[in-house]
Amino acid sequence: MSNRLTKVDREALALIAKGSTVLGAGGGGDPYVGRLMVQQILGDSGAVDVVQIEDLDHNALVLPIAMMGAPQVMQEKFPSGKEIPKLIEMMERLLERKVEAILCIEAGGLNSTIPFIAAAQMGIPIVDADAMGRAFPELQMVTLTLGGMGATPMAMVDDKGNGATFDTISNQWTEKLARALTIEMGGSAMVSLYPVLAGPSRDYLIEGSLTTAFDMGKILDDHKSAAAHVLAETYGGRVLFTGRVRDVERRSDAGFTKGKLVLEGQQAFDGSGMDLSFQNEFLAGWVDDELVATTPDLITLLDANTGGPVTTDMVKYGLSVHVLGLPCDPIWRGKEAIKLVGPRYFGIDADYTPLQSA
Amino acid sequence: MIRIGVDVGGTNTDAVIMDGNDFVAGSKRLTTPDIISGVRNALAATMEEAGGKVADVGALMVGTTHFVNALVRRRDLAATGIIRICLPSGASIPPFSDWPDDLVAGLQGRYRLIHGGYEMDGREISALNEDELLQAVKELQAEGVQEIALSSVFSTVRSDMEQQAFDLITKAFPDQSVTKSTDIGRLGLLERENAAIINGALRPLAGDVVESFLALAKELDLKCPLYFTKNDGTLISAEQVSRLPVLTFACGPTNSMRGAAFLSGIKDGLVADVGGTTLDVGEVQNGFPRPAGTAVTVADVQTNFSMPDVISIGLGGGSIIDRDAVTVGPDSVGHRLLEEAIVFGGSVLTASDIAVAAGRTQMGTSAVGDLPDLESLVAAMDRKAADAIARSRTSSKSMTVIAVGGGAVLLPEKLDGLPVVRPPHYDLANAIGAAIAQVSGEDSKVIALAEGMTREEAIQSVVDGAKAAAISNGADPETLLVLSQSDVPLAYLPGSNLAISVTVVGELNMKGA
Repeated sequence: MSNRLTKVDREALALIAKGSTVLGAGGGGDPYVGRLMVQQILGDSGAVDVVQIEDLDHNALVLPIAMMGAPQVMQEKFPSGKEIPKLIEMMERLLERKVEAILCIEAGGLNSTIPFIAAAQMGIPIVDADAMGRAFPELQMVTLTLGGMGATPMAMVDDKGNGATFDTISNQWTEKLARALTIEMGGSAMVSLYPVLAGPSRDYLIEGSLTTAFDMGKILDDHKSAAAHVLAETYGGRVLFTGRVRDVERRSDAGFTKGKLVLEGQQAFDGSGMDLSFQNEFLAGWVDDELVATTPDLITLLDANTGGPVTTDMVKYGLSVHVLGLPCDPIWRGKEAIKLVGPRYFGIDADYTPLQSA
Repeated sequence: MIRIGVDVGGTNTDAVIMDGNDFVAGSKRLTTPDIISGVRNALAATMEEAGGKVADVGALMVGTTHFVNALVRRRDLAATGIIRICLPSGASIPPFSDWPDDLVAGLQGRYRLIHGGYEMDGREISALNEDELLQAVKELQAEGVQEIALSSVFSTVRSDMEQQAFDLITKAFPDQSVTKSTDIGRLGLLERENAAIINGALRPLAGDVVESFLALAKELDLKCPLYFTKNDGTLISAEQVSRLPVLTFACGPTNSMRGAAFLSGIKDGLVADVGGTTLDVGEVQNGFPRPAGTAVTVADVQTNFSMPDVISIGLGGGSIIDRDAVTVGPDSVGHRLLEEAIVFGGSVLTASDIAVAAGRTQMGTSAVGDLPDLESLVAAMDRKAADAIARSRTSSKSMTVIAVGGGAVLLPEKLDGLPVVRPPHYDLANAIGAAIAQVSGEDSKVIALAEGMTREEAIQSVVDGAKAAAISNGADPETLLVLSQSDVPLAYLPGSNLAISVTVVGELNMKGA
């Protein structure tokens, strides 16, 4: 296990991007596009400074930066590169103070790399923390919501240079309105939301997330097909199942990819079966009809042959996979948190039971 | 009517002569560095074997690895510039991002970004500006660019802006060669753009390749049309291949799968092509390979042109056995099999040796000797093959595995519970696949469903267009079948509009050829 990150160059970013797909829990979008954008700014030798939240002044303004919209749009239409300076200018004007550091809101998937663009472009540090510790499909599903912190003032800028700000009555409303505007803007937009001060936000942030993504990327690189077991051991999780995909059912519903996966056991799980349900990310898994893991704990699929993470978009019939269960951050296990991101919110008729480690 | 099929592979060049659906003659020769000598050797041997039966040749059909090789070796590539129609979006990731530096240098890659492109729903991001476009062309030409490639945001949703740019460039600069990304790739701007750039860089070479084959045909007194085989198993004329060489990139696996389906008479099944180093597994549906759904890396560049979905693993006749680890491959003795394998008097234990020891085949001159661990080694080999088969399946439905290629004898009688068959002439399946390639025709239109026209009528009108295109490409009208069709409602236009595209295939028309 490495120490906390202090600098991220292009090699470190590639590892963060890779590890973030484990935290993506099957969703979160492809970090590839974000990585290319950062590489473009950093070049071969540049690096972004990484700070811990406690190193910042109590009153330092920290701005999360993220991309919102459909992953398919981001494969085809890339940002202009001018969105982030404008976003930050809009936020600084609204908040009447200067930003001192950038924050990652979602360490799983695409949004693990996007905030690095902001840090590299603005020449300010990025905080080694995030507000999910994984990927979630909706904007209010962040730890800061539990701290009573609002998503607004929020700003949104598109590739054409249009900007908008939001002032809403709840984080759920922000989700609805921001999603509608994103569609008008062409399906993707750069956003800054949940502006926080370093001191008051500290108790609600998941610290060390970027380092975790980096370490996970390194484990994937070093251990290949054995990575699932090493990750389980390192992070107090468990390989829930090993098996072959025997059915994939996928449908598009209100902007989300929902569906079900059926696995047939292999190796230690020969003779057993596993069902998994997903909404962008994996939500719950049952082995021989017994619930073994549910959101907010992480369920991630790794290719049993290559060790690479497999997203809900790319999982295919016939693939042999390890199903890795990892415990979520303890902040997600409280009663209010479970209401926000637990199984019942996603329509699964089950109570949350914390993942049993091996 | 007589057809000649040629397949140029990495190690061997195969040629076959077919009379209708009957095999007449075939031979295998080593691929030579200049390629065309290997083709000459294989063709001459095959024609000799056929004796007097080659008088009335109707077509020469070629599948070749020329273009992939040029790219992998970074040789014979033209200076290429890409114009991406995207601004103000897109500037944060310029073209050639994430390309290997030596490949960008190899094709002297240059780029310009200009205004235009569409949103996902077909709205304009901005309008195309003619002056900006032509200025970009002039600048690229001044920088030494020989070939121009065009890409445009969401040109997969609407291709009109890319077409308009193409028309403007070719009108202003009639000699400028231009590749459009929509002629090649699918959703995913970088991947589609990469494929267009690669196509541009290969165009002059494609012209030379066509000429060398025409010269060889003349030398061998073959007075028939020359065709190349495409990634989808259909034919492309010599004239078309010089414009779109990239469409022939993956013809090797496609020809082997088509050949396997033809030889076995099985139209829906799995094909296992075992060579010296790799086992390639793919699925045929209705006699054609199932295309891949995700990005394909070619020479370290991400692309997404339509390629067969093939799983390739390191298991072939020359795969080296590690007795301590009980593994087979991925290291291979490759084309040195005839010197290094134990059955050929060498000292390296290979997959071929254990296949001989297990009684699956006979080859070579020397005995393998006693292998106490034979059973576990063969089990390891079969497990590896079975896993590739299992990963290639798209359903639990039972189907047959058709084994082809020189190493097909390695495989057991069952894999992943499926029966394995080895058809006659299995080792020439690739060249046979080329010889039986069909002709396709495509058409796509946006049709407004007004004035009482039904969806079915709209689709039929596009099917008719595709059939006309196939017939003009040389297909026999009696044999046309719809290979694929799609219709997508367009939300960005008022009223009820369908974007319909159809591909049909048919036999090459030999009447009067």
